[in-house]
Amino acid sequence: MEERKAVSVQDLGVKFHLSEQKVDNLKEYVIRILKHQMRYKEFWALRNVSFDVKQGERVAILGLNGAGKSTLLKVIAGVLKATEGKVERSGVLVPLLELGAGFDPQYTGAENIYLYGAMLGYQKPFLKEKFDEIVKFSELGDFIHVPLKNYSSGMRARLGFSIATLVEPDILILDEVLSVGDVKFRKKSENRIKEMFDKGTTVLFVSHNMQQVRSLCTRAIWLEGGTLIEDGPIDVVTEHFEKKQ
Amino acid sequence: MSVFKTFGKYRNLLRELVKKDIKLKYRNSYLGVIWTMLEPLLTMIVLTLVFSKLLGKGTRDFPVYILTGRLLYSFFSNGTKAALRSVRANSGMIKKVYVPKYMYPFASVLSGYIIFLISLIVLAVVATVRGVYPTLRLIWIVLPLIQILLLTIGVGLILATVAVFFRDVEYLWGVALMLIMYTSAIFYQAETVINAGNAWIFKLNPLYAVIVNFRNAVFGQAMDFRSMWYATVCGALSLLIGIIVFYKKQDKFILYL
Repeated sequence: MEERKAVSVQDLGVKFHLSEQKVDNLKEYVIRILKHQMRYKEFWALRNVSFDVKQGERVAILGLNGAGKSTLLKVIAGVLKATEGKVERSGVLVPLLELGAGFDPQYTGAENIYLYGAMLGYQKPFLKEKFDEIVKFSELGDFIHVPLKNYSSGMRARLGFSIATLVEPDILILDEVLSVGDVKFRKKSENRIKEMFDKGTTVLFVSHNMQQVRSLCTRAIWLEGGTLIEDGPIDVVTEHFEKKQ
Repeated sequence: MSVFKTFGKYRNLLRELVKKDIKLKYRNSYLGVIWTMLEPLLTMIVLTLVFSKLLGKGTRDFPVYILTGRLLYSFFSNGTKAALRSVRANSGMIKKVYVPKYMYPFASVLSGYIIFLISLIVLAVVATVRGVYPTLRLIWIVLPLIQILLLTIGVGLILATVAVFFRDVEYLWGVALMLIMYTSAIFYQAETVINAGNAWIFKLNPLYAVIVNFRNAVFGQAMDFRSMWYATVCGALSLLIGIIVFYKKQDKFILYL
């Protein structure tokens, strides 16, 4: 039986236009067009990247800063569109990129649960049903009825994590280690993620911590300057990667 | 995923965004949603004082005339302005979580529309007090109500798209709105301008075409067919252009936010 593909990336390329000076008003734009000064620097953040991820695989994405790791995750998450090539994915995807990016500071924690939940595509009855569970996991207690602007960053991240991991995703995207809240909560969140691992969730993981990468992942992809350098078993690729540095 | 399937998945988000707009607008104010009615009422009183008492014209039903124009204009102006800002205001989310981007301008126009519909209560009260009673022709009010929604969403989508690339559109649109306001016969009788030979101004302004028939419905007069067609065509056309422009450019938003 053929294993199902969770993510399939084919010949992916992402091009950015970097205008030399940022022109964001009409007057300047017209002047530059008239003077033929509208120059763009083209820049491929990713080029010719292809790989498949099977269901249940845990893939580390390695590379230095600016190698295109975050761009790759953004394309897979659907935030950024590919300039060329194709990205396919199947199943529920939960990006744990920036927790609580969709929060409104004037809203209370409780109201934000419904707002952020809606942003992740959940329906209201489902959120209502899970509401108590979220509040309990986030350990916010009575603070749930306080406007978010009065939260500490740890509290905000706790709430974000509790909402984002509400459902068991088929694909989980992790950027850097989750260092959410205090030691106690960190343990709890790590346990939750480990639980997902055990249930066969596909994981895409970006980290600079080789030790952690080795213990969590089964396979690694090494990016450099937007191109794929190596793709293979975790031990082999991390060893090559470390040697190169 | 097809457009409809995506919309189905995120319809809860649309509802949440609309709710948020309305809730936050009146949070921390003592009178809350009552302001949706109080505010047009107060401006109506000011405008009536200035234009009928100080300038000495106007009849008993002049406040109704002013209120109808002002309610429609302020929905159009607030709705388009909110839509214009919506994509940039939500750039933080757009950069991090995938949601259909049209939700933002859509939600800001819809929340304005709901507030506008609530404020129609005030119109009903003022009309009754001033002796303008509903007739069978009031049914026609549905048409301008739909036309203005289409027009506002359409123009809003266009503005939201352009505003991502050029920040100064916001100020330009403010000036354009002022022009639209003065050419919409909100606080003066349209006849004065028409009699001076400048009827073309009204013929061009789609918002005026909406206001005319809204007033005709309220005052129990026959519909003006030219205005009705013009407003319908303008509304549908702007919506079509808005959708096309927005869809063509939305993938580039993230690069400019």
